[in-house]
Amino acid sequence: MEHIRTTKVEQVKLLDRFSTNNKSLTGTLYLTATHLLFIDSQQKETWILHHHIGSVEKLALTTSGCPLVIQCKNFRIVHFIVPRERDCHDIYNSLLQLSKQAKYEDLYAFSYNPKQNDSERLRGWQLIDLAEEYKRMGVPNSNWQLSDANREYKICETYPRELYVPRIASKPIIVGSSKFRSKGRFPVLSYYHQNKEAAICRCSQPLSGFSARCLEDEHLLQAISKANPANRYMYVVDTRPKLNAIANRAAGKGYENEDNYSNIRFQFVGIENIHVMRSSLQKLLEVNGTKGLSVNDFYSGLESSGWLRHIKAVMDAAIFLAKAIMVENASVLVHCSDGWDRTSQVCSLGSLLLDSYYRTVKGFMVLIEKDWISFGHKFSERCGHLDGDPKEVSPVFTQFLECVWHLTEQFPQDFEFNEAFLLQIHEHIHSCQFGNFLGNCQKEREELKLKEKTYSLWPFLLDDQKKYLNPLYSSSSQKFAVLEPNTASFNFKFWRNMYHQFDRTLHPRESVCNIIMNMNEQNKQLEKEIEDLESIFQAFVLRNET
Amino acid sequence: MEFAELIKTPRVDNVVLHRPFYPAVEGTLCLTGHHLILSSRQDNTEELWLLHSNIDAIDKRFVGPLGTIIIKCKDFRIIQLDIPGMEECLNIASSIEALSTLDSITLMYPFFYRPMFEVIEDGWHSFLPEQEFELYSSATSDWRLSYVNKEFAVCPSYPPIVIVPKSIDDEALRKVATFRHGGRFPVLSYYHKKNGMVIMRSGQPLTGTNGRRCKEDEKLINATLRAGKRGYIIDTRSLNVAQQARAKGGGFEQEAHYPQWRRIHKSIERYHILQESLVKLVEACNDQTHNMDRWLSKLESSNWLTHIKEILTTACLVAQCIDREGASILIHGTEGTDSTLQVTSLAQIILEPRSRTIRGFEALIEREWLQAGHPFQQRCAQSAYCSSKQKWESPVFLLFLDCVWQILRQFPCSFEFNENFLIMLFEHAYASQFGTFLGNNESERCKLKLQQKTMSLWSWVNRPSELSKVTNPLFEANSLVIWPSVAPQSLQLWEGIFLRWNRSSKYLDEAYEEMVNIIEYNKELQAKVNLLRRQLAELETKDGVQESP
Repeated sequence: MEHIRTTKVEQVKLLDRFSTNNKSLTGTLYLTATHLLFIDSQQKETWILHHHIGSVEKLALTTSGCPLVIQCKNFRIVHFIVPRERDCHDIYNSLLQLSKQAKYEDLYAFSYNPKQNDSERLRGWQLIDLAEEYKRMGVPNSNWQLSDANREYKICETYPRELYVPRIASKPIIVGSSKFRSKGRFPVLSYYHQNKEAAICRCSQPLSGFSARCLEDEHLLQAISKANPANRYMYVVDTRPKLNAIANRAAGKGYENEDNYSNIRFQFVGIENIHVMRSSLQKLLEVNGTKGLSVNDFYSGLESSGWLRHIKAVMDAAIFLAKAIMVENASVLVHCSDGWDRTSQVCSLGSLLLDSYYRTVKGFMVLIEKDWISFGHKFSERCGHLDGDPKEVSPVFTQFLECVWHLTEQFPQDFEFNEAFLLQIHEHIHSCQFGNFLGNCQKEREELKLKEKTYSLWPFLLDDQKKYLNPLYSSSSQKFAVLEPNTASFNFKFWRNMYHQFDRTLHPRESVCNIIMNMNEQNKQLEKEIEDLESIFQAFVLRNET
Repeated sequence: MEFAELIKTPRVDNVVLHRPFYPAVEGTLCLTGHHLILSSRQDNTEELWLLHSNIDAIDKRFVGPLGTIIIKCKDFRIIQLDIPGMEECLNIASSIEALSTLDSITLMYPFFYRPMFEVIEDGWHSFLPEQEFELYSSATSDWRLSYVNKEFAVCPSYPPIVIVPKSIDDEALRKVATFRHGGRFPVLSYYHKKNGMVIMRSGQPLTGTNGRRCKEDEKLINATLRAGKRGYIIDTRSLNVAQQARAKGGGFEQEAHYPQWRRIHKSIERYHILQESLVKLVEACNDQTHNMDRWLSKLESSNWLTHIKEILTTACLVAQCIDREGASILIHGTEGTDSTLQVTSLAQIILEPRSRTIRGFEALIEREWLQAGHPFQQRCAQSAYCSSKQKWESPVFLLFLDCVWQILRQFPCSFEFNENFLIMLFEHAYASQFGTFLGNNESERCKLKLQQKTMSLWSWVNRPSELSKVTNPLFEANSLVIWPSVAPQSLQLWEGIFLRWNRSSKYLDEAYEEMVNIIEYNKELQAKVNLLRRQLAELETKDGVQESP
């Protein structure tokens, strides 16, 4: 609270950023320990979580007051006009402090109290059980086993404790391979396709430099191909552009030399790095924020931002994985540099194409827990939870959600969840309200004692499930009904409901999804009512007969 | 002339047909006077029946003795026929070319088409001007029907009956007609019952370089204003273009002579600029190999969505003047037969709930496009693939339909019709078995005796079996004015038209089906609950009667 000097300012104007006639609402601005709150004269409330604030800007004083522009990580942009500069300055300073925390313990999740007792909280954390998930996939089995090599985080700090590896890969091989991989992230199982007996594996780049090799690593890859009885060769997919991978060789890293590994087929797929993605999104948001934007500026901005090109690249890579498994029965090993950004995108999206379970509400949570949280996607750095290096911030997970959204557009009946679910998850990777996305890897999360001190997001989403269900979902689809999206460029559209989710004036005024959702709900009630009425009817008839 | 003269080879066997989303079919190709027909000998295989008038362009290719004809249709579909034998192929190609570009309207298919359905209601009489006027006359007595154009002598592109201010007599109308382009004197397009404001439309005033004026014209449009009120003149051309028009005898209303009117210039493109835009857009959509950057830059440089935005923006401006500012409007461009009609009809979609119903929309097309003299014959002569660039070919009507689609997408429950209705209208405007869109205006349609010799599209559409295909299951009457967003982020490529043949819509169609099922099921359940409640209530009263002595 020591950062808050002014808790309430009256006569503040909230400008509509797309209105051409400078429409505004007048109201009162409140500053609390966790939120900025604006209540307009109609008593409509706008809550902004401090953690959602990406940047605060104080513009030059105008005749009507001092403009304060706040950009949020959930793409809300608010433009206030505060009558007195003094107040504006106080709020500005407070928000600067409040929106950037130095320690995890100061984040909202550590003070958030949804009134649950300890056992409820623990049950919440146990809702998603990855051991259960691997069992569902069909491992361990005769070819794959649980390895205890990383039980104490000794081999790789950013991996989870429990890792699945080929049964024939001995511990020395694993240890040897991990020494040859960036950050010790050696090849492990990400997804096992029970029908095809083929696997998606993941790792980081090899420390091959210009000529180095590692027999253990070569053995491990061979073990992965041998774990697939249906196919002798496997694909190694380097998700980076070839040039980037070559440049890495100079730093003693690089990519697999096909000559040293038997039976691998090496493939680059050309997804750009986190820095390119960050500036791409920035450009996109700049274009979209323009008032009175022309169609041509919108499309040329969309093009020059490269955003949809990147989305398509991720999608294409995931389709490559799905095809390798479905068409060729081949296992795939995926890596990028460290194997926690692009690799997470491609592995999770590939699994989602292959396995309908991940297209359910629960399955999608499991997928995020597995390929993103447990395998060490650095959520705290990528989302800028703490005041840290801005160069580590990147919308990698947002891109994953966008790819999923594109799939829901092409396959409107194949997902149990709707768009609101994706938006809500996006909201919470930045909100720091729940513990799931705090920290950068499992080890760090354990040290933070998140399971004791914070709550898990998933049970709250499940409780609210009704809001997130796709009313057109047809659950009849087979477990291994693979999605084959069309990736001609014209299928990729700007995701207005994400990047303009708070700019309601740009949205359709009537939502088909909501109407059908309500109707489904109503249908259930009507069915129930018919049942009741019929039994009353029966009772009547019976009584009259006797 | 006999069609037989044009058909050099009426029939070829072993032709292979390739078309989007279907496996190749081998069969016999037959040419008739109006159709290209391919039928395979297998049962259950759908035949291809293609109207020659739907063919926009053809390409020929030869590999050895095997000829290939690529047929590009006005609805943007592209199909391919592999024809064995060079001579047969050449004959077929030249026949198709001749049959798809017949000069005489009376040789067109509608004059030969015999309907195989029962006509419940003759569409030629579904939307009579007198009936339409009755809708207004209950609310106002300031307007009257004028028969001044009965013989099409005052304005060749107007219908025989128009609505004009009551205080202006036919003599004055004749004078005003000489002062307006094409004789198109200001007539009523729309009456806003809520506040009595109106939309009028006309051709440009013929002021010329020396600033000619016409007292009757001024009197006519002033007659629509209430005392002390000002109105707006929306010129759909930029000021620059309007000024240039003076050199050719046209021009715009001078402030000095129309002091009660404020003029606003918008810039809606016409003619070949729109045509080029369509050509570029269709070309971009048809190339699936474009990478993302190329696709986006092609989409941008087609300018199609820019045109959509400009038209919608102008329509919103008009609606705003009427509904929010309570001001009447006069709209014109040059002739008043293209951009003017786009704007007047879209403003009505925004303002008037009736025009969002199926019948209301049909009435709107009839009134604001057919009767109002949009030259369909000229504008829709060719589509996106034709290389003969005629100035008068222009996708004005398609742009209008696209704008309606954009609003429909933003208000998916406020329209009684669905996207299929718009697509159907697009198809029939370009090639049809019905006479509705033939000719350029009522005068031409009269001379062609379309009412006697052809069938109206509305006779076919307004039957339960067809209506069910175009009815929007989500429709809930919305009596409000609907304001669409015209931000580029809110506008979208109309996939149902432009990607229709380029990607499968199987999953989208299935999802739509499912939505319909849910809605149908809901109706069923509600009916059942109501029935049960009623029966129960009856039982209860009977019971009560029995129990009470």
